Amino acid sequence: MGYAVNGNRPVFTGLDMDIPRGRITAVMGPSGTGKTTLLRLITGQVRADSGSVMVAGEELRGMRRAALYVLRRRMGMLFQNGALLTDLSVFENVAFPLREHTDLPERLIRQLVLTKLQAVGLRGAAELMPAELSGGMSRRVALARAIVMDPEILIYDEPFVGLDPISLGVILRLIRRLNDALGITSIVVSHDVQEISTVADVVFLLSGGKVVARGTPQELQSFPSEIVRQFIGGLADGPVPFHFPAPDYFGELLAREDA
Amino acid sequence: MRLIRELGESMTESLAGLGSVVRFLLRLVAASPRAMLRLDLISQQIYNAGALSLVIIMLSGLFVGMVLGLQGFQLLQRFGSEEALGTAATIGLVKELGPVVTALLFAGRAGTALASELGLMRATDQLSAMEMMAVDPIRRVVVPRFLGGVIAMPLLAAIFSVIGIYGAQLVGVQIMGVDAGSFWSQMRAAVGLRDINEGIVKSCIFGVTCSLIAVYEGYYATPTAEGVGRATTRTVVTSAVFILFLDYLITAAFL
Repeated sequence: MGYAVNGNRPVFTGLDMDIPRGRITAVMGPSGTGKTTLLRLITGQVRADSGSVMVAGEELRGMRRAALYVLRRRMGMLFQNGALLTDLSVFENVAFPLREHTDLPERLIRQLVLTKLQAVGLRGAAELMPAELSGGMSRRVALARAIVMDPEILIYDEPFVGLDPISLGVILRLIRRLNDALGITSIVVSHDVQEISTVADVVFLLSGGKVVARGTPQELQSFPSEIVRQFIGGLADGPVPFHFPAPDYFGELLAREDA
Repeated sequence: MRLIRELGESMTESLAGLGSVVRFLLRLVAASPRAMLRLDLISQQIYNAGALSLVIIMLSGLFVGMVLGLQGFQLLQRFGSEEALGTAATIGLVKELGPVVTALLFAGRAGTALASELGLMRATDQLSAMEMMAVDPIRRVVVPRFLGGVIAMPLLAAIFSVIGIYGAQLVGVQIMGVDAGSFWSQMRAAVGLRDINEGIVKSCIFGVTCSLIAVYEGYYATPTAEGVGRATTRTVVTSAVFILFLDYLITAAFL
């Protein structure tokens, strides 16, 4: 599959991935490699320029908006900042997809919402507003909202960014537990090597618009590739250079001001 | 040569922008029938755009009417026809000042609120989250706000005019001593349905214009603090220019 921003800035050139059903798949890579763009491609928010993007057996390229919305009802997505609707309470945020897509009686909506909030440990926060939640709590509420329609695919965009160790541990446990209990296919985009290694079944490492490594977290530790070693080891310099491309350092320092 | 090229590019850009707004309006119109089924969402937005603007509209209407009463009295007194103050103030308010000043205030209060709210929803991924939940943000978020503005604006203009007439009466009759009977009877005799219709048409068109510009700028705001700020500023400036331009066209059409 290939994709370029506005058709002229290539992000992916010949990307080839298959995400296994019912497993936790991590997508990792240095900043700017297009991890979030990949999620946008999988969810149909942007369309591939070439090749094919298949989700749950359906081709996304050229899919009409109505069909895409039907497909999205089978997906849940956790945004980096939670993306809770700020004018609705925690309860109403989780109830939102149910109210929009179903005609369930209020009693049943209440039970479903409370069940999902209980699963993420925030039943007691049902009446709070999003502004009253911490970052970790917001993400847990967003997770409850993402699973309230019982999706087949759950997508996490950088779920660990800015979390304290306790919230991080909670989110990690929830990802594993939801995947195992509900049989969901989970896709986690992250660059937190240590955290993701504890929860992922399969890891894809992206760089330069391509998959440079694929395997279990353990396999990636000993992968014979410099870029993988640099990424896993957190080395400042390597195939991904420390310096942004620039003219000669001394030449620029010594250059006359008017030149 | 360069000037001509730049002029051409600028015109092409403006036309493309106008086309984009028209296409957005068509999307809103297409989504409106289904969105209208959610009366709770629309009434909430009428409250936000209308009821929350009431204080500023009523205060402005009162002061504009009082100034009109004062100025009108001074002018009409020169010709010995101060009894016509009611007619002059009412025609000025109903046909011109009511719709125009209300629309300018509406763009400043409700329009900026709409643009910044939508812009922040874009910046904080709330609109993307809705898309991901298979909920069309145009239908769920934008159309109710647009319709709320379109419905609220003529009502606000009517309230502005009524309060303005009261303000003119307050100054003209209560302070300057114009005969109350002449004030009201001359007004009733001279102001016709056509005058009121002109005001209604203007306020409806201004309502569509202001609300459309606000939701368009907010929905397509660059998702950064600077982008939302610019969208808010553009909402006020573009609305003001379009209100005054359209005011001239509608006035000419009613002559």
